[in-house]
Amino acid sequence: MTQSFGFDVAHLLAGSMLVLSFVLLYQDRITAVLNVFALQAIALSLSVAWQALIQDSPHLLVTAGIALVVKGIVIPTALHRIVRRLGIHREIEDVISAGPTMLTGLGLVALSILLVMPVGETVSVLVREDLAFALAVILLGLLMMITRRNAVTQIVGFMSLENGLVLAATGAKGMPLVVEFSVAFSILIAFIVFGVFVFRIRERFDTVDVSALDQFRGERGERG
Amino acid sequence: MSACIGLWCVAGLLGIAAAGIVAGRWAVGTTLIYGASLVASLVGLAAALWHLLAGAAPETLSLALGLPGIGAIFRLDALAAFFLIVANLGGAVASLYAIGYGRHDTARLRVLPYFPAYLAGMNLVVLADDAFSFLVAWEFMSLSSWALVMANHRAPENARAGYVYLVMATCGTLALLLAFGLLAGPDGGYGFAAMRAHHPDTFTGALVLLLALAGAGSKAGLVPLHVWLPLAHPAAPSHVSALMSGVMTKIAIYGFIRIVFDLVGEPVWWSSLIVLAVAAITAVVGILYALMQNDLKRLLAYSTVENVGIIFIGLGLALAFRASHMDLPAALALTAALFHVFNHSLFKSLLFFGAGAVLTSTGERNMEHLGGLIHRMPKTAALFLVGCASISALPPLNGFVSEWLTFQAILVGPGLPQWGLRFMIPTVGALLALSAALAAACFVKAYGVAFLGRPRTPQAEGAQEVDRFSLAAMFILAGLCFIAGVLPGLFIDMLGPVVKDIVGARMPVQTFLPWASIVPIAETRSSYNGLLILLFLAVSGTLAAMFIHRYATRATRRSDIWDCGYPDPSVAAQYSSSSFAMPIRRVFGSTVFMVRETVDMPRPGEMRAAHFHVKVLDPAWRYVYGPLARAVMRTAVTFNQLQFLTIRSYLTLVFATLVLLLLVVAAWR
Repeated sequence: MTQSFGFDVAHLLAGSMLVLSFVLLYQDRITAVLNVFALQAIALSLSVAWQALIQDSPHLLVTAGIALVVKGIVIPTALHRIVRRLGIHREIEDVISAGPTMLTGLGLVALSILLVMPVGETVSVLVREDLAFALAVILLGLLMMITRRNAVTQIVGFMSLENGLVLAATGAKGMPLVVEFSVAFSILIAFIVFGVFVFRIRERFDTVDVSALDQFRGERGERG
Repeated sequence: MSACIGLWCVAGLLGIAAAGIVAGRWAVGTTLIYGASLVASLVGLAAALWHLLAGAAPETLSLALGLPGIGAIFRLDALAAFFLIVANLGGAVASLYAIGYGRHDTARLRVLPYFPAYLAGMNLVVLADDAFSFLVAWEFMSLSSWALVMANHRAPENARAGYVYLVMATCGTLALLLAFGLLAGPDGGYGFAAMRAHHPDTFTGALVLLLALAGAGSKAGLVPLHVWLPLAHPAAPSHVSALMSGVMTKIAIYGFIRIVFDLVGEPVWWSSLIVLAVAAITAVVGILYALMQNDLKRLLAYSTVENVGIIFIGLGLALAFRASHMDLPAALALTAALFHVFNHSLFKSLLFFGAGAVLTSTGERNMEHLGGLIHRMPKTAALFLVGCASISALPPLNGFVSEWLTFQAILVGPGLPQWGLRFMIPTVGALLALSAALAAACFVKAYGVAFLGRPRTPQAEGAQEVDRFSLAAMFILAGLCFIAGVLPGLFIDMLGPVVKDIVGARMPVQTFLPWASIVPIAETRSSYNGLLILLFLAVSGTLAAMFIHRYATRATRRSDIWDCGYPDPSVAAQYSSSSFAMPIRRVFGSTVFMVRETVDMPRPGEMRAAHFHVKVLDPAWRYVYGPLARAVMRTAVTFNQLQFLTIRSYLTLVFATLVLLLLVVAAWR
């Protein structure tokens, strides 16, 4: 196994995560969004496992396992059940038109490459590319959060952002396992909180469209 | 050694402040706390005096407090020693005064813990030798004095005064923070030693000067940053008012001197133009407003504004001379300014103590409700008269000497090479003369209305002499005013090493001149002899008294009292505070004061009384603070919309900020 082969595979996996981020960005069916998210998590776990292989650090395999089980299986399944129980699994969300969103996403990718590339001399090419991909995935996750109205897809945006974080963390050599554990754990907690929150919104307002919340905010100033 | 003692005094005062929290529960705590403050201040005073008189080398102490890596550096040089003398002398006398005055205090716990802390803060500002300790001490001083201003917090005008003071103090500290940031430069050398070693370029130097002028000037009371001063100084208990007016404004001036003369180094000549213009306007406007006041303590606070203006005139002249490398005149101007610092701390404290004495025995600050106190409080009246004569710059007292020295520096002004300054300095001189004359008028009014004539109210009628401690404090200050006026040479020589440190030259040694006269530059040019004037006054006064007693008739005549042409001998027919100031109010009414006079005359047959209202408004409120407050309000209302965005908008804001910052990083590399 040559150095360049390892590099190519890492590149491929990280790149596929980025592509899946773009898919998430314009996908307007909720079930499809959840499936793509599960796919991205699997790509992440593969990428992390590959890193474990080429960095010779077996503890990254644990991270990969966590990513596969929690993000690839548990969370998507739970979200599927939530969506079914809310009865919105057939809904089509009106996303902000795909063209401008995709263009913005492209711009963000360009920005992250511009940011990471000049670091070049001090770190290896692999780490550099990985960081660029990770930053792009993070920014696209944020972008997804602000273009969506549905609480569930916003959660997915957040989780995808977190995928980017894990990618960045594993790309750098010597990241201790405890950091990944704590990140994974906090994501799980956040997911639970989000889940509860979504049902509460639903109970109150008969919808999970967060813009419905805005009508119920108190304390508006004299501007009304 | 002295620096160490100074720091121990600060620590002691902080300990006393902590003890004040406990001791304030009992009435005896007042005596204990003020007595302990008195001792600590005296020790600090002695250490500073010893340092200055022995001509000791600067001492530096470094404590492991404050910022990591820098620590807290303290330094005692001649300049710091001089201001320590001013601060601790004021602190000691105020503590002595408060042993008597504080007994009448109802809210002991609101004063006792903060008073020693305030003294400690002022000492610490002077001792600090790095920007961090300086600013922390500065804020500590501001906050503890704010707590004292709020001692009587139930009065709504005190709450307002406290608020305005807090805002102004914060803005002033911000300006100083920026000034230190500029001085420290990109390497972050926040120690004063590093700033001294590396001189900023011309533009940065001028910017630092302006920031220091704003920062220290807002604390000292330069127009138009003076508005908090006449609100806050009278609101505090009188011994604190004396410290705020007499000492804290001087600490602010110390900050200006330290930054501009010591840290910045070579000034640009045009920056002195700005200082001079602001100072001259401050002097005239301050005393004009003092004349309009009916509240005795407020009048004194406005008069502080005037005196700060006079001191800054001296500093501005010193800057101008220094920029042209005229070392001797610069030393003269700086000596004049520093001497006035000392003098003003003496007589302003004395006057505030007098006002406090009047307040305790009558419960009145409004001069329209006083009168005739000279018969009821003869000792206070005599001591207050000394203060009035000093601040009005009458020889042979000390106010005259420092103002005369300032004039001597002004008279050297035409020797400067810059035409701008050659035109500016005579104008400043004229304004200084005007303000000196108005100050005399102002204190004739203050003394005449409060102490002479007949009592206007039963409270004034029933006034009684104050306690021994208060009188002793006032007596010490009056005595010092007298000594500094008659033997100014001693004090000028004491200032020699201070001035030499800063401008590299000093005034000629005065102590051994014949007949204790002082000669600023050369005998042929001008000289002043306080002793001679005192002798002349004493001899002519004694002779006049003898003549009158010898040749005047002793026969008693009975007749009507002279009634100024008023047939009604009511006390209301006396000259009042407003009527005394009326001519000047009319002269400057439309321009400086924005006077609104309204007459409410009942119609024929109506039984109610007629009313005459005069409203004097400080234009600084209308032209500076009004628009400023409105602009802040508008901005706040505009940004208030940010409170009511949707979750997505907030996320978008966060996202946009992140992307923007990343773009900046990408573009700047």
